[in-house]
This record gives sequence, structure tokens and C-alpha cells, in this order.
Amino acid sequence: MRKSLIIVSTCVMLLGLMACTAKTPPAPEIVNEVIRLSTTTSVNDSGLLPYLQPYFEEDTGYKMEVTSAGTGAAIEKARTGDADCLLVHAKSSEEDFIGEGFGEERLPFMFNYFVIVGPEDDPAGIKDAATAAEAFTAIANSGSKFVSRGDESGTHVKEKNIWKDAGIDPADEDWYISIGAGMGQTLTVADEELAYTLSDKATFLAHDNSLSLLKEEADDMKNTYSLIAITPERWEDTNYAGALAFIEWITSPKALDLIDAYGVDTYGEGLFFSIR
Amino acid sequence: MDGIIKALSLLFGENPELRQIIGVTLRMSVISTTISSGLGIPLGVLIGSKEFKGKHWVQRFTNTLMGLPPVVGGLAVFLLLSRSGPLGTLKLLYSVTAMVIAQVVLITPIMTGLTATIISIPAPRIRETAQGVGISAWRQMWLMIYECRSQLISTILVGFGRAIAEVGAVQIVGGNVQYKTRVMTTAIMMQTNMGQFHFAIALGIVLLTISFGINALVHFLESRGRT
Repeated sequence: MRKSLIIVSTCVMLLGLMACTAKTPPAPEIVNEVIRLSTTTSVNDSGLLPYLQPYFEEDTGYKMEVTSAGTGAAIEKARTGDADCLLVHAKSSEEDFIGEGFGEERLPFMFNYFVIVGPEDDPAGIKDAATAAEAFTAIANSGSKFVSRGDESGTHVKEKNIWKDAGIDPADEDWYISIGAGMGQTLTVADEELAYTLSDKATFLAHDNSLSLLKEEADDMKNTYSLIAITPERWEDTNYAGALAFIEWITSPKALDLIDAYGVDTYGEGLFFSIR
Repeated sequence: MDGIIKALSLLFGENPELRQIIGVTLRMSVISTTISSGLGIPLGVLIGSKEFKGKHWVQRFTNTLMGLPPVVGGLAVFLLLSRSGPLGTLKLLYSVTAMVIAQVVLITPIMTGLTATIISIPAPRIRETAQGVGISAWRQMWLMIYECRSQLISTILVGFGRAIAEVGAVQIVGGNVQYKTRVMTTAIMMQTNMGQFHFAIALGIVLLTISFGINALVHFLESRGRT
């Protein structure tokens, strides 16, 4: 057993050496030009990715196939080998994913803020709250309705953390409505039920509803987006080179400038802010 | 494979949420099938047993409604019950009642159409005989229903099968609210989207078993009805 192991590993090393000496092309050659990017709905539905995609494809020659779902599902897609690169926003889930050996590192590259939206008359009075946890406490104390994504998405994970910070377990409360749906439908339900909800700002601005933006830019409402390339160690046919090329491009000054500029024309303010 | 094992242990273990979802689903399906049968079968008997002017148009209209895409029916009920809609003050949206309303809208035309077709086969014969003997119109209808009873029961089961398997309309008007309006189909969709396949598989097994049971029953009744 041990002998064969030694022989195999020696062969692998030799092969590796041969590969190193034989193949040293100056420019990286594109072996597989299709990159499967699994991302969260907020990045895709807000229009950011469709806006960046043509620049990326033109600059690098890669083609990108984007699928979007809640962060939980987006990460699951990478886990089952159906994606090459992840662009998501739930630190703890991302760290679990890396801990399981599917990726090497998470690279935070942009952020924005979550917002708490609700009925215009603000029955729980959350406008005066200093933090999201205080606002959630006010909602719980007033017994106002709150709609939860309930789908293990980045927004849902954030929401659960805020409840934890507030020291409240809302799961079994009458006023807590968990619907297991995307951000768009959650906003629709909150609008119909005159309820509060936590949303990413981009989706809220793009969604047609009568809810008011009541709380934003508190310290505990920061929303950080990260990139993870899926290692070929778990799924050997993933396009690792492509994923690295995308990460290199989107963290370049040019792409970060594009991210900062996105949405300024339409909403009068940026929707995402680059981390440099 | 791993998912199926987990699913089976979920099914036979203690999982209050799974039971609760199955309970809501059955409640919704039974109530909506009962109401749809109460409306659709009498209407179908009337259309199938009588000859009247414009019968063709009534049948064409029913057939169109039979093919109504569930999401369109769901959207219509949503707009009706929405806070800004005509019945918004009833505050019925995202409740089991709203789902029953949507199901009734979808299933009643199916009941009506199928019943009309079933009744129209023995109708001329029974009418002729009855006129000779001098039996009242009501009694004639009872005779027709009695003669087609096994087919009508399988119609009800078809309606029930539709109700329990429908997903688009109940998602729109029910909203898939946990512990309240989450039913098997919407839960399967959600769990699949979340990558929680074992929960979805467990519900899928229950749904398949129920469908199989209904189909077996329909088959049994129809084969008995023929002899």
C-alpha cells in the first residue's frame, strides 16, 4: 500500500515537473472560455451584473453564464459542482463553504447597506433607532408585523443576526411572517400586510411598492459582497482559471470604478461601493 | 441516495413542521374540492342534461376556463384580494381562505366540463324514457346522476388531485407563509431553491403516494362503472 503510494506520488511530481518545463506560455491561454458564476439575486436583479458583464467579456475574452438565487442556494450550486465562481454576501455561510474545502479564500470587494422598510406611518417608531437591533426591538415590542425572507439567503442570515443582537427569538411569534421567498416577493407581501422587512437597498429601489425606507446606514447594517473561486480539488472540471480571471478583473481599478458609478444616473446615488 | 435516506427518516420521525404542512395541504384541498363539487357538478348536470339555445357557447366558455393557466387564475384572485383591490378590506390575502378561493376558481370549471360530458351520454335516452312514463324533470336529473355516480365520484377525485398538486396559484395568493399557508408544493419549490433536497424529497414522496392512491381509486371506480 505504502509502496504504491510512493510510486504514485513520485509519478505525480515528475509529471508536474514535466508540465512546468514543457508549458511556460507567456500569455495565459483560455482553455475553457465559459465561466459559470453563481450569485445572489440582489447583484443580478439590481442590474449590476448585466451592466458589468459586457465590459468583462470584452476585456478578457471569457463568456459568463450567470445564475442567481438566494445566497444559501447560490452556495449550494457551487457545492454540487454547478458553478465556477461565487459572488455572495453571507460571511458565515461563506466561511463554512471554505471550511469544507470548496474554496481557498473569500475576497470582499464591495459593500452597500441593508435597509429596513415598512409602512409610511411607522407604527413601531423605528426611525429614531440608532441601530438595526434597536429598530427590531421596537418592532417586536409594538407587535407590528415583520416579513422574513426565511430562505437562508444573505439577507435572511443578516436578519437572524440582527434578531440575535437584539436578544429576541421571533420564530414563533404571531407577527413574524416567514415566507421562504426572494426579495421581490417579500417586498410584495410586506406591502400587502403593512409590515416591516429587511431588504438590500438596490432591490428595494427597483421594486414597485408603497413601502417607505425607514432606516439605513446604521453600523450593523453593512452588507459585504465577496468572491470565492471554487477549487478544482473538489470538482476537477470547474473552470478555476476562468474564475481567477474574473476575480482579477472585477477587483481591478477599472471595474471598481464601474461599480461605484452604477446607479448614480438612475437613483442619484450609487447602489454599491467598492472596497479598495 | 443520501437525500432519500434523510427524507425517509424525516417522514417516519417526529417533524412537526412536515406534519403541519401536510395538514394544511389536505385541509385546503378537501375544502376547495368540496366547494368546487358543490358548484361544478350541479352546473354540469344542468348543461349536460338540457338542450337549450347557446349551449355550444356555454360549453366553449367552460372549456376555455378548464384550460385556465393556474398562475393566471392566481393572479386574478391576488388582484381581487390585494389591499388595493376591490375585496382588499376583507384582508384575506395570504390565508388558507384565499388559497381555497383560487382553487375553486380553477377547479369548478373542470368539474362542470367533465360532469357535462359524462351526463350528456345517457341524457337523451333517460329523457326519452322518462317522458313516456311521465317522470318530472328533477327526478330525471336524479336518475342521470345515479346512473353516472361512479364517474362523478372519479371527477371529484380528479378535482382533488388538481387541488393538491397545484403550485402557481397558491404561491401567489397564499404567499408560502410558514406555519400558515405553506403547502406541500410550495414547500417543495422553496426547499429545492434552498438546496434542502431531503425535505423536498420527503414531501414529494407524500405527494406521489396521495396521487397514486387517488389514481388507483379513480381507475377502480371507472372499471366498476363500466361493468
